[in-house]
Amino acid sequence: MKTKLMPAWTELELGCAVVEPGTSREYKTGDWRSFYPKTDEDKCIACGLCWIYCPDDSRRLAPRQHKNENRLTDHYYDFNFNYCKGCGICAAECPTGAIVMVEGGQK
Amino acid sequence: MIEIRFHGRGGQGAVTSAELLAQAAIAEGKYAQAFPSFGPERRGAPVLAFARIDEEPIRLRTQVYEPDVCIVLDEPLMNIVDVESGMGPEGIVIINTHKSIDELKTQYKLNPKRKIVAVDATKIALEGLGRPITNTTMLGALIKATACVQVETMKAPLDHRFGRIAEKNYNVLQRAYQEAVTEE
Amino acid sequence: MKNRMEVGKNIGIEISIAQAEVVAQCDVDVISAYPITPQTHIVEHLAEIVNDGDLDAAFIPVESEHSAMSACCGSSAVGARTFTATSSQGLALMHEILYIASGLRLPIVMSCVNRSLSAPISIWGDQGDIMAERDTGWVQIFTETGQEVIDQTICSFKIAEDPRVMLPTIVNMDGFQMSHVIEPMKFYDTKKIQDFLGIYQPPLRLDPANPIMMGPVGIPEIYTEAKMAHEVALVNSQAVIEEVWEKFAAEFGNKYNAIEHYKTDDADYVLVTVGSYGQNASVAIDKLREKGVKAGQIKLRLWRPFPHSLIQEALESRKGVFVFDRCLSVAGPGGPIASEIKTSLYNLKKRPVVVSYIGGLSGRDFTVKQFVDIFEKGIGYVQKDEAPIYEMVGVRE
Repeated sequence: MKTKLMPAWTELELGCAVVEPGTSREYKTGDWRSFYPKTDEDKCIACGLCWIYCPDDSRRLAPRQHKNENRLTDHYYDFNFNYCKGCGICAAECPTGAIVMVEGGQK
Repeated sequence: MIEIRFHGRGGQGAVTSAELLAQAAIAEGKYAQAFPSFGPERRGAPVLAFARIDEEPIRLRTQVYEPDVCIVLDEPLMNIVDVESGMGPEGIVIINTHKSIDELKTQYKLNPKRKIVAVDATKIALEGLGRPITNTTMLGALIKATACVQVETMKAPLDHRFGRIAEKNYNVLQRAYQEAVTEE
Repeated sequence: MKNRMEVGKNIGIEISIAQAEVVAQCDVDVISAYPITPQTHIVEHLAEIVNDGDLDAAFIPVESEHSAMSACCGSSAVGARTFTATSSQGLALMHEILYIASGLRLPIVMSCVNRSLSAPISIWGDQGDIMAERDTGWVQIFTETGQEVIDQTICSFKIAEDPRVMLPTIVNMDGFQMSHVIEPMKFYDTKKIQDFLGIYQPPLRLDPANPIMMGPVGIPEIYTEAKMAHEVALVNSQAVIEEVWEKFAAEFGNKYNAIEHYKTDDADYVLVTVGSYGQNASVAIDKLREKGVKAGQIKLRLWRPFPHSLIQEALESRKGVFVFDRCLSVAGPGGPIASEIKTSLYNLKKRPVVVSYIGGLSGRDFTVKQFVDIFEKGIGYVQKDEAPIYEMVGVRE
């Protein structure tokens, strides 16, 4: 892994401001996880509770892989592996039991 | 430099008096300073205000401890306050009173050689302003006793402070200037 | 903005009111403050000026000084010229936000009307409040007269907003002994003041069209560097401050220095004062000179950044230095000013004896005679070579 050098005091912006917007997108926390949320898209009703609860904003709508006539939408909630830390809040909150935490960092 | 101490009660306008005087002196091109005895404002409690007037810039920033002139806005204050405190033999005490100078000296045990200026400012104020607020009236007696500013120079600060009742205040000041008496 | 005050002529006016008038002349955009004695007249009068329609500014009334300084940080961060005023407990309540204002490099100008801290409850003047804020990283300037308040208020905006400085600035005046005194002061033409200040051009500001982030976390790997940047900016501000004072003198006439000398040329003994009691002290110096004592005085105007080299230059090889503080650092090194002057002098080869005197607490007068007394007592200490570290003056036994 590359180590990025920390700036010298002369290189800091005025008042330590961060002048480039949106840099937190580059800060990927996905490799922190030791569990990942596996979603059963047939059980997912796309209610969005996992999206609301997710502390890392890593739940994302994704198109369903196969049609399910019992579901109102063509989408279900999958996760964004760049940011999901594997905390398991989504699995605990999911009202249909669509999410289970699976050991291992990879999807 | 002339140093003046005002003795009044909270609400009688001693501080305003000192301020108006300083503003008039400054308008005449002199240097002057005015300030209250700092503290919470309590109506009726004895209060002090101070003024200094000089031809040179004033550097002192303490209270006036050795006044050349004391102004007493409220005669009964002299029962509880030593208005001659710190005053040299040449000092002048100006009192709002209807009594004679001899009566005052005896009653309040003032220095027998003290120059006293007496004026019935309460009467003048009641007749001229309709209220027993004597601060502007007493300035007339002060100007007569010390000539520290011209009577006319008081007009602008009074206008600025009092607006439509400024003229009445100027009139009572002038009347006190005429009626203030001292022993010859 | 029109001239509300007659220009160029001595006007008898309360110093607080004069400061409010000059703040308005500086065309501030935002004033946020909470009233506290003896600062009240300043913000009350500013509220009046805004209400009269003479100043196009937002006056934000808040529920505490903590909120006042927070609102000031916000308004300064979007690039508004911002002013507030406080005193004593109010300043103490601002404490944590003061570090944020300076750390974020927000050029707020604040008037601090110096007053003692409770308990016991006291509304009167001393410098205990500001001394507790000396490490907050603000530029801190002291004044001695009403005219100095007017002039330093104007200079403060110019100093704070200079791109080489970008630091909040405090103008100190003694509570009551200055704030409530009517004395002659000269006002300047509003346009001339505004031309002198120019329009504030923030190098960085919060703007939705160009988003930036102010106030991020400073992890241990960054914090020290951030403090170094702050330290260097504040130290280097001295040169800019002196430059602003030069420009001010060229434009408006009065010349100011980080330390002002009074009869120090041949002085063996020097009294150091801060604030309005320096005036009484100067009268005492005159009296000592009449007695043949080689007495002089230094008035410290610039408190932060502390002008170490000027202090060293001014005091090295004197026989004795007597420092008058209106603040007690309880059971500490004596008066805060004395303690810093000692720090400046300690590594010099020919350092004078320094005696710290503490007096004038909570509005208690410190008279000319008392200044003469502490001076003569100090000479005695030097001659006997046994000076106390510090001494409280005028305490009833």
